[in-house]
Amino acid sequence: MKVSLMITCLADQFFPEVGESVVRLLHRYGCEVDFPESQTCCGQPAFNSGYQDEAREVARRMIAAFERSDYVVSPSGSCAGMIRHYYPYLFQGEPEWREKAVKLAEKTYEFSQFLVRVLGVKNAGAAFPDKVTYHPSCHAMRLLGVREEPLELLRTVEGLDYADLPRKEDCCGFGGTFAVKMADMSEAMVCDKAQCVVETGAGVLVGTDMGCLMNIGGRLQKEGRSIRVMHLAQLLDEGVRNRERSTR
Amino acid sequence: MSAAPGKHGAAVPDETQLIGSGLKKRTETALSDEFLRNAVAFTTDKLRGGRLNAMSEFGNWEQWRERGRAIREHTIRHLDYYLAEFSDNVAKAGGNVYFCRTAEDAVKTFLDIAERRKAKLVAKGKSMVSEEIHLNRHLEERGIQAIETDLGEYILQLAKETPSHLIIPAIHKNKRQIADLFAQEAGEPFPPETQALAAYAKRKLRNYFLEADIGLTGCNFGVAETGSITLVSNEGNARMVSTIPKVHVVVMGMERLVPTLDDLEVMLNLLPRSATGQKLTTYVSLITGPKREGDWDGPEELHVIILDNGRSAQLGDPVFQEVLHCIRCAACLNVCPVYRHVGGHTYGSVYSGPIGAVLTPLLQQDMKEAGQLAYASSLCGACYEACPVKIPLHDMLVHLRHRKVRMGLTPAAERAAFKLYRTAFGNVKLYRFAAKAAYYLQKPLLRKGAIRSAPGPMSGWTRSRFFPMKPKRSFRERWAELQRQLERERTREQTEAGGETR
Repeated sequence: MKVSLMITCLADQFFPEVGESVVRLLHRYGCEVDFPESQTCCGQPAFNSGYQDEAREVARRMIAAFERSDYVVSPSGSCAGMIRHYYPYLFQGEPEWREKAVKLAEKTYEFSQFLVRVLGVKNAGAAFPDKVTYHPSCHAMRLLGVREEPLELLRTVEGLDYADLPRKEDCCGFGGTFAVKMADMSEAMVCDKAQCVVETGAGVLVGTDMGCLMNIGGRLQKEGRSIRVMHLAQLLDEGVRNRERSTR
Repeated sequence: MSAAPGKHGAAVPDETQLIGSGLKKRTETALSDEFLRNAVAFTTDKLRGGRLNAMSEFGNWEQWRERGRAIREHTIRHLDYYLAEFSDNVAKAGGNVYFCRTAEDAVKTFLDIAERRKAKLVAKGKSMVSEEIHLNRHLEERGIQAIETDLGEYILQLAKETPSHLIIPAIHKNKRQIADLFAQEAGEPFPPETQALAAYAKRKLRNYFLEADIGLTGCNFGVAETGSITLVSNEGNARMVSTIPKVHVVVMGMERLVPTLDDLEVMLNLLPRSATGQKLTTYVSLITGPKREGDWDGPEELHVIILDNGRSAQLGDPVFQEVLHCIRCAACLNVCPVYRHVGGHTYGSVYSGPIGAVLTPLLQQDMKEAGQLAYASSLCGACYEACPVKIPLHDMLVHLRHRKVRMGLTPAAERAAFKLYRTAFGNVKLYRFAAKAAYYLQKPLLRKGAIRSAPGPMSGWTRSRFFPMKPKRSFRERWAELQRQLERERTREQTEAGGETR
């Protein structure tokens, strides 16, 4: 199966190791992964701030980059959600581009969604002996309906002690420009979220979106907590190597 | 209305503060008020849990929700038709209907009725529309006493505050604060116990029901086919004020209709479950016309004031018409993580939470000031998910921001930043260049592998969190090497597999 990685600008520039884990896992599950290098950003920062013209121009770049892909997989439910839900809307006045936008929307998946729903991965084949809590990201959950997939994968990880995060479906307060524009509100939300993470007693916080994880992780660091913050792909990737090491 | 902060510094809307420019200040005030935050979190948690239980117990929630949405869509699409039918039927039942284009018209209509009846005392059931038109203030100016008989509203009247929630108006107050207010009013100390407090209010309010010249209520749903006013309540006060005084005046938004009693049934299943997690509220009253011959009780006159006040401007709007579908259950407030922390007064308007952030700029037709509310959301979508009639509030907030941009009402620096963004992210070479530049620009800010404090707009972030260091090589710069690695692995696996029998 041929899969194109949509890295997202955030992971590309700040968390390249997340992209590496995604690629290694997809490879492991039998996919042939390519990386269209003309991709940049999905346009969400502009779109969510109301700058639709700007978002549209950036979106054109993404549509062109993935035109020849069979599947597009992203380690962010938010960016995948932007494409799935808002690209067709953005091009409603341009039939030719709209058609391309719909095509891209239909073949775009969030990482865990792709693993479980498309590849049918039943067992992650990983071992991760630690207490782990999971923050579900809003856009993966509410724009894409990704709720059970990450949990299904985590459940199969050997040795993983899962701790449910209190009020886990509450937003962490990232919200892109919201975190800067409405810094007070965002701060209250991220402090609350970090508090909930600490309460679980988990040594690891796992999620499916680097925006949220950068936010919560940044707060945990500021508080001086030694909780590891990982993308699900990183946890699984490390878990696969753990398991290989122990079975070798 | 009071401009002073309430006890413990509660964020009471100060009408001298503009909605948008005052937002930051009100946010700060609310966030520093532990009493408020605890009270709001406590009650919204309870309501959220109740809603989830009620939904799962009821079953087929998504289908009910879709049915509710379809009814609201149909009603609003044919609002002119149903308004005509409703008003004809109210008139047939013996009531009077007044269409009021503005808040001033509605106030004047009410004052005319009050003057004709030489009213001195108005007993009010809970009505957000009466808050919207600031009726109490106008009554006070005319020397007419208005008494709030909903317990929450009564508490706020004593505190000289406005509601901070659509259905739990005094959500921001805890029992101790309420006991203090009652003690002040009664001139004797009160224990902070719900029963004692409720009993006091009951005793106190009973006389007002009996003495009031006019009873005022809102309207949860007007039923077009019968001309009935539906009141949904838990305290029974709405029934008292609509039955005992000689005159009953209803104030309602023009969108608050359902076509038939069958449609009402769907709404009455959705509303209490979404609002409080109840299957049914303690009281559901359907009032059709004033007292008829042979009736034991009821008012001599029934007046229905139907308010536009910016609502009709949404009709026909491809994006915002749906805001008129709202049934004011407040489920969106209860799940909103922003509302949870800042409470209702921070929004600076009668309607708070996600629905308020959308509704206020639209009703006031003010994108400049009220339009700032569109940014009071992280766009998490919890509001949409909780909405019993599926209003896409998170999308509407984005559309409001877009409207602000189109009207040229966003800061020049922001406009320039997004122009730059379009250029840099619209071209992969420039993107790579900008990324390189960012790598070097961050260097003076780095301390032990993270940005711990930053100047300018970034300080909003670093005040409460670290910002990660941008590594030297981006993913795209590691891609070639990663591919080689994977290739080596594949070859190794193939060699290993070759040695085994499958």
